[in-house]
Amino acid sequence: MSALQEVVNDTQPVETTPKKYMALGTTASVVVVLLLCLAPLIAKNFVIFQMTMVLIYAIAVLALNILTGGSGQFSLGQSAFYAVGAYSSAILMENFGVNYALTLPISGAICFLCGYLFGLPALRLSGIYLALATFALATAMPQLLKLHYFEHWTGGVQGLVITKPDAPFGLPMSQDMWLYYFVLVVSMVIYVASVNLLKSRSGRAMMAIRDNEIAASAMGVDVARYKTLAFGVSAGITGVAGGLGAIAVQFVAPDSYTIQLAIALFLGMVVGGVGWLPGSIVGAAFIVFVPNIAEEFSKGLSGAVFGVILVLIIFLLPHGSRQIAYTVQNWVHKLGRRG
Amino acid sequence: MPTFRSGALAASAAVAVSFAAFTGTAFAQKKYDTGASDTEIKIGNIMPYSGPASAYGAIGKTEEAYFRMINDQGGINGRKINFISYDDAYSPPKAVEQARKLVESDEVLAVFNPLGTPSNTAIQKYLNAKKVPQLFVATGASKWNDPKHFPWTIGWQPSYQSEAQIYVKYILKEKPNAKVAILYQNDDFGKDYLKGTLDGFGDKAKSMVIAEEAYEISEPSIDGHIVKLKALDPDVLLIYTTPKFGAQTIRKTAELGWKPMQILTNVSASVGSVMKPAGFDNSQGVLSAAYAKDPTDPQWDNDPKFKNWHAFVDKYMPGASKSDSNLVYGYGAAATLVEVLKRCGDDLTRANVMKQAASLKDFEPDTLLPGIKINTSPTDFAPISQLQMMRFKGERWDLFGDIISADTTAAD
Repeated sequence: MSALQEVVNDTQPVETTPKKYMALGTTASVVVVLLLCLAPLIAKNFVIFQMTMVLIYAIAVLALNILTGGSGQFSLGQSAFYAVGAYSSAILMENFGVNYALTLPISGAICFLCGYLFGLPALRLSGIYLALATFALATAMPQLLKLHYFEHWTGGVQGLVITKPDAPFGLPMSQDMWLYYFVLVVSMVIYVASVNLLKSRSGRAMMAIRDNEIAASAMGVDVARYKTLAFGVSAGITGVAGGLGAIAVQFVAPDSYTIQLAIALFLGMVVGGVGWLPGSIVGAAFIVFVPNIAEEFSKGLSGAVFGVILVLIIFLLPHGSRQIAYTVQNWVHKLGRRG
Repeated sequence: MPTFRSGALAASAAVAVSFAAFTGTAFAQKKYDTGASDTEIKIGNIMPYSGPASAYGAIGKTEEAYFRMINDQGGINGRKINFISYDDAYSPPKAVEQARKLVESDEVLAVFNPLGTPSNTAIQKYLNAKKVPQLFVATGASKWNDPKHFPWTIGWQPSYQSEAQIYVKYILKEKPNAKVAILYQNDDFGKDYLKGTLDGFGDKAKSMVIAEEAYEISEPSIDGHIVKLKALDPDVLLIYTTPKFGAQTIRKTAELGWKPMQILTNVSASVGSVMKPAGFDNSQGVLSAAYAKDPTDPQWDNDPKFKNWHAFVDKYMPGASKSDSNLVYGYGAAATLVEVLKRCGDDLTRANVMKQAASLKDFEPDTLLPGIKINTSPTDFAPISQLQMMRFKGERWDLFGDIISADTTAAD
C-alpha cells in the first residue's frame, strides 16, 4: 500500500463524538429556546431578519453536521441541495400558487430524493474524494439553474421574485417577526428530530460507520443503506432550509447558490463544532455576522480580516463552540459542587 | 420651522412632511425625510468589495472619494454627504441584508448605485415597498426603466440590449446580407446582449444569425469556441464578453488568420486592458460603441473636462490605477447623484429626490463623451441612452458617425 493510500484510508475523518454529548442538557435547551423566543420582541425588524437568516443557515449547518458529524462523510455540495430546495419552493409558490408552508415538505422530499440518488454513486468514494465529488455538484448547480431548458420555470439568469407571506389570522405582528417565529418552530422541530435520529438505532449505525466502517459492517450494519440514508436526510433538511431562505430573501437566482455558500456552511459546521448539533446555530451566527465585522475593519481587506479571525478561532478553539460550551459546563458543575 | 434634534420628533416630522406631500400642500420651508437634515445627507450603497466580482469594488471606492471631495468643497447646499457603503460579495441574499441594514438601521435617504443585476433584482421589491429611492443602479439590464411598476428604481448606464440594437442597425446598414455569429457569456450580462441582438434582427434573425455560442466565465480560455465559430465561416463576429475574454477572442481570430467584421461590447472596449493585451496589430478595425471616455485612450489626455477627473484621482485616490475604467464610471455616477441632490435644494424628501432624478435635462458629467447627455423624464427612467460607434485605429478608438440614441421604451 502506498503512503498516500494509507493517509487516505487510515485517517479517521471526524473525531469521535460520544452520543451523550451530541445535544444540550434540558436546562441549557430551555434557556436557549427562551432567548430565541424573546429576542425579537426587543429587536428591530432588520435585526429580526438577520436572526431569521441565522436560524435558516443553522438548519443547513445542522444538516451538514448530521452527514459529517453523524456518518463521517464530507460534503462541499450542500449549496446544491440548498438551491434545489429554494427553487422548488419558489417555483411552487410563484408558478403554482402553493402556500409557502406547504412548499417546505415538498422541497424537503425533492431534496431527500436528490440526496439519496447522489448518495448511491458517492458510496464508492470516501474522504477527500467524496469532498471533491460534492464540490463538483456545487460548482455545476448554478449553471444547471441557468440552462435554457429550465428557463421557463427558473427564470434563467434573472431568477424569481417571491412574495413574502403576511402573518396569518390577522396576528398583530410584522412580516419579519411572523417569519422569524415560523422559522424558529421549523428549526426546533428539525433539531429535535435530528437529535432523536442520532440517538436512534439508525443514528447508532451511522456513527458506527463513522468510527470504523469495517467493524460496523462486521456487526451487521448495512453500510450502503445508512450512508445513502444519511445523504438523503442531510439533503432533505438542507432543502427545507433552502426553501425558508428563499421565502425570507424573497428572491432566488443562480448567483445566490455558488460554491461560496457551500464553503460558508462548511465553515459554520467547523466553527460550531463538528458533530455537536447545538453548535450549528453558533456556526450560522458566525457566517452571518463575522463578514460584517470583518468589513468594519477594512473594506478592501475584509476577506483577509475574515481569514485572520477564522485562523484564530481554529487555533484557539479547534473544537469550535463545543469547547466553550464544555468549559462553561465544567465551571457550572464546580460551582454547583461548592455550593 | 424649528430644527428637530430628537429622533422621535424627527420621525413625526417626516410623517407630517410625507403627509403634506401626499395631500399636495406646498411648504416653502425645509423638508426632510429620514436620512436628511440641516447638516447631513445619508446615502447608502452596496458593492461587491469581496467575492468573484470584487474588481467592481473600485466603483464604490471612487464614489466615496468623490463625495469626500464634494464635502471638502463645502458639501451640497451646506450639507455634507455621509456615504455608507456595504459589501454584498455579489450575493443576492447578502444584498437584501445590507439593503435592510441601510434603510432600517442606518436610515439612509436613498440607496445609490448598488451593483449587479442579481443583487438589484433582489432588493428592488423591498425598496419600492419602503418607498426608498434605488438610484442609478449599476447594471446594464434593461428592466430598470420601468417607472410604472417600480417608480422608486432608476437606471444609469445604457442598457446592454439597446447597445446590441445599435450594433444590429449598423450591421443591417453596412452588410445587409451578412452571416452573423454571436459569442456571449452565459450569464445575465451575455444573455441581455443576445436578446437585444435577436430582437434587433427580428424576422431576419433566422436567416442572418448562423451561430450563438455561449461560454462560461469559469473557462480558462475560449480558443475552442473561436475555432468552432470560424469553421462556420460567418462574416460578422459579435463579441459579448468580459474584458479578459475579449482580449483572447481578438488575439485568437488574428492567429487563425480570420478577418470577419468584429464588434466588441462596450464593457470590453478598454484600450489598456483589452486592445493592448490582444495586440494593437490584431485589434485594427475592431468596432464598438461608447458613452464614456476611456482613461487609457490618449485622445482624452488634454480634454479640459477629463482633466478634472485626472485631478480628482491624483488628489483623492492617490496610488489608484488610472487605467481602471471603474474609476471613470464611479466618478460619472457620483456626479449625477450630486447634481440631483443640488437640484433638490432644501426639499430633501424621498419623493423629491425621485422627482429630481426623473427630470434631469442635458446633464453632462465630465466623463461622458462630448455630446452625450443625461436626460430623464417621469416616463423615461433610462438616464444615459446615447452611444457613439467607434473603430480601433492605431493605438486608440476613433469615434465616427452620429451620436445614436437608443432609447428603449419603458416596460408596460
